[in-house]
Amino acid sequence: MTIKTYRQTLHDTLRAEMLRDENVFLMGEEIGVFEGSYKITAGLLAEFGDKRVKDTPIAEEGFTGAAIGAAMLGLRPVVEIMTINFSLLALDQIVNHAAKIYGMFGGQAKVPMVIRTPGGGGQQLGATHSQNIELYYAFVPGMKVVAPSTPADAKALLLAAIRDDDPVLFLENLALYNTKGDVPDDDTPAEIGKAKISREGHDLTLIGYSRMAYIAKNVADALSESEGLDIEVIDLMSLRPLDRETIVNSVKKTHAAVVLEDDWLTYGIGAEIAATISDGAFDYLDAPVRRVAMAEVPMPYSKVLESAAMPTNDDVINAIFQTLEAVGRRLKKVGQSHD
Amino acid sequence: MIEIKMPRLSDTMEEGAIASWHKHPGDRIEIGDVLVEIETDKATMDYEAYEAGTLSEILVSEGATVTIGTPIAVLDNGKDSGPASAPASAPASAPASASAVTTTPAPASPVTVVAPARAVPAPVNKVVEPQHSGSDGVFASPLVRKLARDHDLDLSRVRGTGPGGRIIRADLSDLLAEAPTPAPSRAVTRPVIATGPIVDEKRSSQEVVVTKARRIIARRLSESAQSIPHFYVTAVADAHVLMEMRTDLNKQAEAKGLTKISVNDLIIRASALALREHPEVNASYLGDDSSVMLVHNRINIGVAVASKHGLVVPVIVDADVKTVAELGVEAKFLATQASGKGLSIDQMSGGTFTISNLGMFGVEEFTAIINPPEGAILAVGATTREPVVVGDEIVARYRVRFTLSADHRIIDGALAAQFLRTLTSLIEHPWRIVATEG
Amino acid sequence: MTSDFGSNLLYELATERHDMTLKEFLMTDSALSKTKVAAKKAVAKKAPAKKAVAAKSTVKKVVAKKAPAKKAVAAKPTVKEVTPKKVATKKVDGDQLVSFYRDMMLIRRFEERAARAYTEALIGGYCHLNLGEEATVVGLMSALRETDYLFTNYREHGYAIMRGIDPNRAMAELYGRVDGVSKGWGGSMHMFDMTHRLLGGYGIVGGQLPLATGAALAIQYRGLDEVVMCTMGDGTANIGAFHESLNIAALWNLPVVFVVINNGLGMGTTVAKASAEPEIYKRASAYAMTAERVDGLDPMSVLHAAQRAIASARTGKPYLLEVVCERLRGHSVVDPAKYRSPEDVAQLAKADPVPNLAARLIRDKILTAAEVHQIDEEQTARADAADAFAQASAQPDVSTLFDYNYATPVANDSRRLPGDPLFAVVARPEVSR
Repeated sequence: MTIKTYRQTLHDTLRAEMLRDENVFLMGEEIGVFEGSYKITAGLLAEFGDKRVKDTPIAEEGFTGAAIGAAMLGLRPVVEIMTINFSLLALDQIVNHAAKIYGMFGGQAKVPMVIRTPGGGGQQLGATHSQNIELYYAFVPGMKVVAPSTPADAKALLLAAIRDDDPVLFLENLALYNTKGDVPDDDTPAEIGKAKISREGHDLTLIGYSRMAYIAKNVADALSESEGLDIEVIDLMSLRPLDRETIVNSVKKTHAAVVLEDDWLTYGIGAEIAATISDGAFDYLDAPVRRVAMAEVPMPYSKVLESAAMPTNDDVINAIFQTLEAVGRRLKKVGQSHD
Repeated sequence: MIEIKMPRLSDTMEEGAIASWHKHPGDRIEIGDVLVEIETDKATMDYEAYEAGTLSEILVSEGATVTIGTPIAVLDNGKDSGPASAPASAPASAPASASAVTTTPAPASPVTVVAPARAVPAPVNKVVEPQHSGSDGVFASPLVRKLARDHDLDLSRVRGTGPGGRIIRADLSDLLAEAPTPAPSRAVTRPVIATGPIVDEKRSSQEVVVTKARRIIARRLSESAQSIPHFYVTAVADAHVLMEMRTDLNKQAEAKGLTKISVNDLIIRASALALREHPEVNASYLGDDSSVMLVHNRINIGVAVASKHGLVVPVIVDADVKTVAELGVEAKFLATQASGKGLSIDQMSGGTFTISNLGMFGVEEFTAIINPPEGAILAVGATTREPVVVGDEIVARYRVRFTLSADHRIIDGALAAQFLRTLTSLIEHPWRIVATEG
Repeated sequence: MTSDFGSNLLYELATERHDMTLKEFLMTDSALSKTKVAAKKAVAKKAPAKKAVAAKSTVKKVVAKKAPAKKAVAAKPTVKEVTPKKVATKKVDGDQLVSFYRDMMLIRRFEERAARAYTEALIGGYCHLNLGEEATVVGLMSALRETDYLFTNYREHGYAIMRGIDPNRAMAELYGRVDGVSKGWGGSMHMFDMTHRLLGGYGIVGGQLPLATGAALAIQYRGLDEVVMCTMGDGTANIGAFHESLNIAALWNLPVVFVVINNGLGMGTTVAKASAEPEIYKRASAYAMTAERVDGLDPMSVLHAAQRAIASARTGKPYLLEVVCERLRGHSVVDPAKYRSPEDVAQLAKADPVPNLAARLIRDKILTAAEVHQIDEEQTARADAADAFAQASAQPDVSTLFDYNYATPVANDSRRLPGDPLFAVVARPEVSR
């Protein structure tokens, strides 16, 4: 075990995979000379040269499509799209080609590629640079979408993604880059398609992914400390495929669920989770499933408005308390403040 | 005097480390002079002076990390006032009180449990109609309804304390305590199965080792019950002719010294023939990730047997090509072996359909849980005499009830019904069971 | 001739805008250079020989020279400028130059103030500055009429101010306050003001080009005498929207001027590393569009080139203008620009258009050193005032969060804050049993 930041873990894992497999190479805007907009690829150009670390023009559709083509011939490109917002320019290539080629041609060509891209608002980047649109990819059969919330998971999932024979969208998050955690030294990939119970509990199931899984864990730990609550936290880790079983089994135990997401509420990822709970654990629910998501507005630049639009710890705590009250828990402190 | 604060030099930066001071106390500073090198989360960057003056004090030494906005040095610009323009409002990313030198990064969203700032959820869609209550007029959570079914509770006696008067689990505490548990409440003398201590006085519970076989059964059954969408179709067949035929056949067998055949043997063969006619029932669903299902060409019928090892399901392969007599012999052999030395894995695998018959215990009808990866299971009840209207008269006839549990992912209601119709027809015209070529 | 792009361009310029015949043009290629040197000896610093070479070279030859072209791009712009027919008098030039200096200094001080506020975490998000681009900004903006439109990218503060937007409101936008030009909703990258016909700064590379093309379509549709200018960075030339837009604009004869601000770097990537044809203006030839490249460190050159481009667009001939300038700092405030060599950095300081213009004003005795200094003081005070105004402006109220969801009121618009329940709990009516 080594304590590392999420950023450093991504860097180290990319480097290790490049050393392990010469078919692994990196492509993206500003990943070489500039060392990456978020410095994930710092130093890799110097170490591996411009054959393995390819700076591209600003041409998301062009270079993402080129990565798909290279993957069809057996290379393992790891594409960095500067932020998930810019992936919209490559949406056609990802949805119509990366996700389709294996099936459309009857399984004759694989597309073993990874698209690394950070989501996340909260940095006052305004309407076009603060979106959480991983749903667009999680919606598409043929894509795999993973979203680690800790450095350890970032390593295990990145290993899995690079070694996977299907296109994987690897969702990072601006707010997580500087977070630290224990990272195992061995190279064991995660199993894509599996969720993780990051905290066991009986009072309520709190579900999230990426930044919201991180917040879920923190809130649950804090409420355990301050209120003696025993909250189970599920980190989805994989948005497609979705581990419905882990979700349903947890809710069968706790009888209540709050789902956290950084995207917009209507049609968001939380809606799929809530529907899964309704299908699989209907007879075990003691309260309606609550969702905490972004306010449905184009993200404003103003700090005040942005903060109001984004889910905060308080919003999460509110939803938890209201749900616990709905199942008859009488909470001492915060319970009265929002009746 | 001017306080120089830790600047934000990266868009994701929350804190910075002093890499090196380029100026030292007493040094003259001009606008644009590099004061200090700061290590951000991304890079090391020069930080230049915005004001001229003399560096009077360094507050944060090299190597230390502080959050954005923390004073790191004091510049004497010849004026006595504080910072020329104090921020009108503290920005969220630069906490006003963040002066402490930290060595670990603050989490992206530090958690403090306080009364949430946002009070009442203001703009929500107002619901005009009352929320849905069940058809019984009781407004209860799904969990409560399940518990009420399981424990036979009368929810109309319960006052709901949940939102809007919903009955929630917590409201059932008293009722559940007084409710008859599924186990009989009157004292009975029971054989002591285990020697372990009593772990629950009220229930007089003792620990009994769960065998590995039992654990496997438990796991498979719960997997099946949880993951397979079961549905059930029940049919009843007139077994009068079948019983007469069996009596005839057994008379012949007895005369020849052969093994007698059972109703179950006939039903096994009948099911095998019905499966041959409806091969889609003889099928397996491979899971949500698979784009194909399997339809089995061989008809291998498992027969659920209660043995001392628990429920086991030996498999009779190619049940459709064996005669009733052969089936009878094989079924008996397998049942004996199951209760004796036990069955081999081979004898218990490869099934495509299962029959569970509780008729010998007098059970009239029941439903069974599918034995994965099979697509269906047939639960057969007792063959009993009961009054039936024949023409205008009520007469006593033998009747048998059977229920097909089917995996709805691959078997639809109509298919199940057609299968049962074929099976019913075979039972009601039993010579076809024995006469049809294998 | 048609394949010889450079010559073709000069021919068009010569024949259409300078009343020269083809014969005259072919004969006077070198004479032209001399004329230019003579006419602008006080101000022109360009190497006419270089221009002549570029003008004669075919596209093929230029492609062959691609690798060494990197230096040429970074160091000296190859100017395709043709001497204006009417030589400006020194007095007119002088007044114009002083005006330019005043504006350039305002942009300089404004951007420096913004950079400071950003490092103090008073401004959030991204913050891309026009430092080094001041001459380009004032030259381009001076050529537009008030009724013309501007679409720009995320490096836009100077453009906003030069379109006539009050620096106070521009700074307030950076602070995200209610008095901001976009009411605090846009920030550094997204300023917008219909009154001054700034139709937005856009954050997605290339995003503004189709919009500008469409705005030009609206002008043509209505038969108006207006023009759209659309600025972008050099990196934008490599994205699909660039090519799609140029093609549509040329195909439909739309009144639009596309301006590539070539500061040599797309973030940290040099033009030569990103663009197979580093002389970006040549891309217009694929769309039969007139194009030229101009020195963006000289405001007067930029002004004249912009005037030619706009005049062309006003007659329904879209135009591609490549303005070669410098980016004095990193891509944004927080970019340390470590990809630049110390030599490049030293070169940059010499290229800084603001002190260079100050030196020229003093040298040509248009202003005294004291007057130059006074302008600096005034504009520093102006930037400080803008900063004070911004700090004093109110934060937007959270109650306004949903005010701009839709222009048309609509049923069931979601106006929930994060965590709000979908449905309020309503007491169940008493059921009599």
